[in-house]
Amino acid sequence: MGSFKGGIHLHYNKKRTLLNAVKTCTPPHLVAIPLLQHLGSPAKALVKAGDKVKVGTKIGESSGFMSAHVHSSISGTVKKIANYYHPVVGFAEAIHIESDEKDTKEDHIYPRNVPDNLTSEEIRQIVADCGIVGLGGATLPTHVKLSPPKDKPIDTVIINAAECEPYLTCDHMLMLTRSKEVLLGILLIIKAVNAKHAYIAIEDNKMDAYELLCSKLRSNRWDAIITPFKLATKYPHGAEKQQIKTILNKEVPLGGLPFDIGVVVQNVGTAYAIYEAVYFGKPLYERLVTVSGSCVRTPRNVLARIGTPASALIKECGGFLRPPSKLIMGGPMMGLSQSSEQWPVIKGTSGIVSLHETEIDISDYHNCIRCTKCVNACPMQLVPSRLSILAEHERYQEAKDSGITACIECGICSYVCPAKRPMVQFMKIAKAKALQK
Amino acid sequence: MKKLIVTISPHERSRESIASIMWGVVIALLPATVASVVFFKFLAIKVIMLSVATALGTEYFTRKALGRSNTISDGSAVVTGILFAFCVPPTSPWWMVMIGSACAICLVKELFGGLGANIFNPALTARAILLASFPVHMTTWIRPFDAIACATPLGIVKEHLTIPLPSYMDLFLGNCGGCIGETSALAILIGGLFLLYRKTIYWYYPVFYIGVVFTLSYFVGRDPLYEILAGGVFLGAFFMITDMVTTPITRLGGIIFACGAALLTVVIRNYGGYPEGVCYSILIMNAFTPLIDRLLTPRILGAR
Repeated sequence: MGSFKGGIHLHYNKKRTLLNAVKTCTPPHLVAIPLLQHLGSPAKALVKAGDKVKVGTKIGESSGFMSAHVHSSISGTVKKIANYYHPVVGFAEAIHIESDEKDTKEDHIYPRNVPDNLTSEEIRQIVADCGIVGLGGATLPTHVKLSPPKDKPIDTVIINAAECEPYLTCDHMLMLTRSKEVLLGILLIIKAVNAKHAYIAIEDNKMDAYELLCSKLRSNRWDAIITPFKLATKYPHGAEKQQIKTILNKEVPLGGLPFDIGVVVQNVGTAYAIYEAVYFGKPLYERLVTVSGSCVRTPRNVLARIGTPASALIKECGGFLRPPSKLIMGGPMMGLSQSSEQWPVIKGTSGIVSLHETEIDISDYHNCIRCTKCVNACPMQLVPSRLSILAEHERYQEAKDSGITACIECGICSYVCPAKRPMVQFMKIAKAKALQK
Repeated sequence: MKKLIVTISPHERSRESIASIMWGVVIALLPATVASVVFFKFLAIKVIMLSVATALGTEYFTRKALGRSNTISDGSAVVTGILFAFCVPPTSPWWMVMIGSACAICLVKELFGGLGANIFNPALTARAILLASFPVHMTTWIRPFDAIACATPLGIVKEHLTIPLPSYMDLFLGNCGGCIGETSALAILIGGLFLLYRKTIYWYYPVFYIGVVFTLSYFVGRDPLYEILAGGVFLGAFFMITDMVTTPITRLGGIIFACGAALLTVVIRNYGGYPEGVCYSILIMNAFTPLIDRLLTPRILGAR
C-alpha cells in the first residue's frame, strides 16, 4: 500500500463512540447562530429582533463569493443580534433565537424527485442556497470548491472519509448509517465538477464502512464511477495533499490547489449535506457531532442543531464523569481548545473532546536537541526543528525562504517533540509574519 | 466548573521526553559498565563514578552561573559523564578525569548554549583535549584482570610489536587492553540493540560506520574483522556517532556522516600518527554536520 512520506501512528480512541447509536438531540430552547461559520467573510443578518423564523429560514445572507448563507436551526422568534461566544474567533456576532417549541420547518424542505438532467450550475446553486461548507473542519464554502476555474478541468473527485483525528467518528458513523445517501451525494459532486471518477478515501481502521460502501456500490452498479480506497491508518492521512499523494501519486504544487492537478477533495459529511440539499431542499442547519473524551459519561455521536451550546450536547451524553481540563472543538491534533462550554455548535464542529488533566502535558519546553523526530514525521517534508528555531529568534524571512508557508499545522512536530517545544505555535506565528511581508 | 486550559493544538503529545531518552541511554550503557567493572575492577568504578559526579556538579554550577534552569535530572550529564569515562584508560589519575569531565560539560556543552546547541560531541572533545594535554597518562594501558601494563590491540599493530595479537573472541568479549568502556564489543552491542529497539538511534549510523570500516580495512590490506573489533569502533558506532545533537538531520546526511567518519578512522589508523582514529574522525565529521544539513535539505512535498 503506497503512502505519503512522514506521518505518525496515534492512539485513536474511537471505539467507545462507535458502540453507542447516534442520538438526535432535542432542539434547544435557545440558540445563538454565528454569522461567521465558514472561511471567508461573515454573512449579513437578514432578520431583526422580533422576526418569526422557521427551521431552515435563511437568516444570514452570503456577503460575496467567499461566503455562505446561514439558516435558522429552530423555529421561533429572533431575540437579538449580538456578540456571543464563538469557538474559532472567541467572540462574534450571532443571531439569538428563542424556540416556540413547535419545530416547524420551512415549506421548501420536502422530499423531491431529482431530475437526471440536473446541470452542474444548478447543483452549485442549490449548494450555495443551502449554505453548505466543508464539514471536515476547514469550512471552505462548498460552492467555491465546486467551481473549478474554466482552464482547469477536473477528472478525479476524492471524498475524504479518512477521519484521521483521534476520537472523531462522525464521518465513520455517517457512512455506516447513511451509506446510500452518501453515495448519492458523491454522484452529485461528480456531476457538479464534470469529473469522470471518484475515490472514497477510507483509513483501514474503518473496514466495516469500506465493505458496506463496496457492496452498496455493486448493488447500485455505481462501482465503475466510484471506488473506495483503503488508506493505511496513519496521521494525517485526512490532509488533502497527503491523500492525493497516496491515492493518485501526484503532488499538489507548492502554493497551489488540488484544482491545479485536476482534483477536487470533499469531505464525506459534505457529500451527505449536498445529498440532503438536492433531494430535500434542506439547508445545513444540523450536523453529526462526536462528543467524546475520557470525561464524558456516554461518549457518542449526536445529531445537533447549529447554534446548540456545547454544554447541551455534553448533557445529552450524560454530562461529565470527572471535570475536564481541556475542552476541544474538533480532534486533539488540530482542534481548538475552548475556555468555556457555552460556545455554540457551528457548521465546522466535527467533535467535542474533553481531556482530563492526566492526559494533557503543559510542561515547560527546552532547546531543540536535534533528535530529528519532527523532520522524519513531517508530512510536508519541512524541517520543523530549524523552522521553530528561526521563529523563536524572529528570523521570519529565513523561515519563509525555508518553506514555512507550506506547513499544514497538523501538529505532528509538537506531538513527537521530546523537548516539548510548542512547534505549531512557532509555525503559526512565523507563517502569519511570513505572509504579512 | 474547573477552569479550562486553553493552548494551541495539538492537545495530545507523545510521552517521550529528553529525560526518557537520556535515561534510556544510561540503561543502554549498563552492559558496558558491568563489563568494564569485571575487567578493570575498582579502577573502572572509580573513574566512572568520578566522571559522572564531576559532570553533574559542573552542569549544576555552570548553569547556575549562566542563569539557566537546573537540568541535571534530565540525565544528559550522566550520559556524558559515563561516555567520557568510557574513553579514557582505566589508570587515569583522578584529577585528569575531573578536568576532562568538567571540560566536556562546561566548555563543550554549556558554553555553546547547552544540550542541543553544542557542535561537537562533549565526551570525545574532552578526550581529544586530554590526549593533547596529558599524552602519557592517556596512552598507558593495562591488561584486564591482572592490571599488568600492556599495549592496546591497535597499538600492537601500529608499533609492529612482537607480542601475540589477542584472539577475535578476546576482542569481542573485551579481554584486552584499552579504554574503560570500549573493549567489550559484545556489551556495547547489547546496549546498542536496546537503543535501536527504543528508536533512540538510527540503524544506519552503526551499520554504515562499522560496514565501511570493515570494507576499507580489507582494501588497505588489514584484517577487517580485527579492525572493527579492536579499539573504539563499536563504542563510536553505537554511542558516539549516534549522538543526535552533533549529527545530520536527514537519513542521507547520516549515511554520509557515518561513511565519512569510517573513512577518516581507517585513514588515521593506517596513515596517521595515532593507532586509533575513532575519536578524531567523529569530531571532524561533527564539524561537517551544518554543511551536510544545509546541502541536504529535504524536498518539500509539491516543490519542484
